[in-house]
Amino acid sequence: MKRKINLKINGKSYSGEVEPRMLLIHYLREVAGFTGPHIGCETSICGACTVALDGKAVKSCTMFAVQADGREVTTIEGLATDGHLHPMQEAFWNEHGLQCGFCTPGMIMTSKQLLERNPHPTEEEIRHGIEGNLCRCTGYQHIVNAVKTAAAKGGA
Amino acid sequence: MATTITKTENLVGKRIRRQEDPRLITGTATYVDDIKMPGMHHACILRSPHGAAKIRSINIKPAQDLPGVAAVFTGKDVAGVGPVPCGASLPGLRVPPHSILAKDRVYFIGHPVAVVVATDRYIAADALDLIEVDYEPLPAVTDPEKAIAAGAPAVHPEWPDNTAFLYHQEGGDPEKAFKEAEVVVKQRITSQRLIPTAMETRGVVAEYRGAEKNLTLYSSTQIPHLLRSLVAQMLGLSENHLRVITPEVGGGFGSKLNVYAEEALMGFVAMKIGKPVKWIESRRENFQCTIHGRGHVDYYEVAAKRDGTVLGLRLKLIQDLGAYHQLLTPAIPTLSVLMMPGLYKFRNVTADIVGVFTNCVPTDAYRGAGRPEATHGIERMMDLLAAELKMDPAELRLKNFIGKDEFPYQTATGLSYDSGDYAAPLKKALELVDYPKLRQEQKQAKATGRLLGIGISTYGEICAFGPSPATPAGGWESATVKIEPSGKVTVMTGTSPHGQGEETTFAQIAADELGVAIDDVIVVHGDTAVVQYGIGTFGSRGTAVGGPAVYYAIQELKKKIKKFGEMLLESTDVTVSGGNCVDNRTGKSVSLAQIAGASYRAMKLPPNTEPGMVATYFWEPPNFAFPFGAHIVVTEVDGETGHVNIKRYVAVDDCGNIINPLLVDGQVHGGVVQGLGQALYEQAVYDDDGQLITGELMDYAIPKASMIPWIESSHTVTPSPVNPLGVKGVGEAGTIGCSPAVVNSVVDALSHLGVRHIDMPMTPEKLWNLVHPGGQA
Repeated sequence: MKRKINLKINGKSYSGEVEPRMLLIHYLREVAGFTGPHIGCETSICGACTVALDGKAVKSCTMFAVQADGREVTTIEGLATDGHLHPMQEAFWNEHGLQCGFCTPGMIMTSKQLLERNPHPTEEEIRHGIEGNLCRCTGYQHIVNAVKTAAAKGGA
Repeated sequence: MATTITKTENLVGKRIRRQEDPRLITGTATYVDDIKMPGMHHACILRSPHGAAKIRSINIKPAQDLPGVAAVFTGKDVAGVGPVPCGASLPGLRVPPHSILAKDRVYFIGHPVAVVVATDRYIAADALDLIEVDYEPLPAVTDPEKAIAAGAPAVHPEWPDNTAFLYHQEGGDPEKAFKEAEVVVKQRITSQRLIPTAMETRGVVAEYRGAEKNLTLYSSTQIPHLLRSLVAQMLGLSENHLRVITPEVGGGFGSKLNVYAEEALMGFVAMKIGKPVKWIESRRENFQCTIHGRGHVDYYEVAAKRDGTVLGLRLKLIQDLGAYHQLLTPAIPTLSVLMMPGLYKFRNVTADIVGVFTNCVPTDAYRGAGRPEATHGIERMMDLLAAELKMDPAELRLKNFIGKDEFPYQTATGLSYDSGDYAAPLKKALELVDYPKLRQEQKQAKATGRLLGIGISTYGEICAFGPSPATPAGGWESATVKIEPSGKVTVMTGTSPHGQGEETTFAQIAADELGVAIDDVIVVHGDTAVVQYGIGTFGSRGTAVGGPAVYYAIQELKKKIKKFGEMLLESTDVTVSGGNCVDNRTGKSVSLAQIAGASYRAMKLPPNTEPGMVATYFWEPPNFAFPFGAHIVVTEVDGETGHVNIKRYVAVDDCGNIINPLLVDGQVHGGVVQGLGQALYEQAVYDDDGQLITGELMDYAIPKASMIPWIESSHTVTPSPVNPLGVKGVGEAGTIGCSPAVVNSVVDALSHLGVRHIDMPMTPEKLWNLVHPGGQA
């Protein structure tokens, strides 16, 4: 019943047998131990589980772990390098783009993707670009500021 | 001799980025669902699919037989566990017994019926499907006005009138005021049920160590200490054998200011199976079983003179309580009554509350908790009065404000407003939008058929809960401040911040008061084994009540620092500055670290002084604090679609002194957007059978980034005299000020069509029908 999968998470290889029905978010959190991506709704509305799959932002609560076989996943834990925050992380910190922090890992992954696609978005484009990620604390305004600041610094 | 502590650089008042953020932006914070323990089991809860039903029988055998299932428990197993507590007391309050699992009857969709515990959460979920419950569905009632009408189904058979309580409050002579009134304006106004929707659902991990009889509960809560006291009672545990830890908490907004069945249930399960157990609420469960907010039907009457002077206010408030009382359920509408006069000189008021049982999940505190409803009511009524008198709504408000020299002001509802200058934020907001010009533009726009509206709300709120005699469980807050032997500072607060940022604001206060760097301070909270008893974070009280506790604990320490400084420097004239203690005569100095070290080493002690450098302070506030402000919203309704376009949102808030403007702006933005959610998008909808139609994020519309405007946030500053920091609280302000401003704006946009009032949420469909009466496109 179980299937073997091999994948890379944040640059390291992982392999093991999983039930075909296991969601990617559960594999990341419970098998591989990356608890940065969160589960906010289980129905791909809230975006707290957003990770990059082969460089593209996906909601890992609506993918099976077996679908990530042979692919490369980056979670929020993989963004900082050598102890240096990614510019988007730095921007969220500086601009107070988070309060409770629960949506933040997904929000940062989506914002990073947004700048990769569109390095100089307008406010409207930012708001549209992050609308797959819900935040109940900030009212989004400081998140918009964070993305703008990161864009100004060329921080995709 | 003068011994003063001077500050080198003040951090209070600066836009400082948060101390708590590094763990949150790197994904390394620990929320409840991130906790893993050896042998940990997972629980899933079977919930009622009916709004009202009798349980004829339950067969758990097939679930028990599934490999991996450790246990299944139902209502009869938990008969020894105490009821879910109601902390509010009102005269004659009917309190239905609230078992942690249903016994022979279910009262709302999502009512917990059984719990399955398994080695894996997938197996636990599979096993739920194997439990066979034979229900006999009963008629339900979900609308509070229908519930108190004759012949309605009884939610609790023992109380066929569905009435949990009646509450009356009055001040002055309302009867006379209405008799003498030259004009009386009446309106039915609803504040719909809302779903708080913290992004992190609730969750509990329970671990029991039988040999020690120690239970540890990790729970996503706003009140770790109160939770400990109450769950210990429910489980019959000695309170000192229960430890509650709140790990990172992903938002609450009042929904985690509670004691829930699942918190005791997981303790019960862990004790039964002898293994740690985790339960994480699904989003659907969160919508069905975590408290909702609001749920008002209000009938208002305002008495006034023709010149606009307000005389009297009458309110009949129908509160949808849901099927049970949660921690504060019946108390919430009484807060609405307290704040019903708003910022105005209503000397004669009368209010009657009917608390109504319905087959819905209980309502309780949701951001603002009773005050958004009150503000929405009075601010709508002021606009209705202005329209009746053909007065400008800003002018009417300015005419009736309590004057800035009338504080402390005793209200007709028995409160003492601490300080205020209510005209100041309104005047500032009017200037920011250039009000006369804006009205001119509106006139021109309407002449060309555009539906442009301008809405004002001037709100007041009761915050900083509060003096203990006026709160159900003590209203003080505690702090312990320790200067470690190295001179580093640890602040332990009884509050339980979960996004508000007190790890930063309290560090700012401590750093300023002690003259140390902010990075030399850490703020610890949310572990009852580590932190002294506290009350928690809710009611915009974290900084306004917890902050003064920190401040006063440090004042205690300063006395001790002075004594050690004098001893070490052999001087009676010392100054503590920038973390050093300086002899003013010789210029010799010792560092705070040396003083702290000496206090622990204790080779020598100043007279009548104990070793160590720790102080604990429990601060009892003498009064609430009353923030206020003015919001102005410019909207344009698209007549073709009914869509509301918010063209400008100006929020001028006065929350007293500001410790960190960056964080205050964040609180205002977040609050405003929750208010916009209520005004435009959100509503918990139950059908007549008790089915929750808005049961998922797909159906319940919390605002997305693209659905909301830029918020222009600004402030006036009127310090509170209630506490030494002069702060008032800001967590709920945005929400309280927002919804009436938006509704007033949209009503103003449609007023020439004869529209007087619109109930929330103002959906495109609702507005399109107002623009196109009779459905004519």
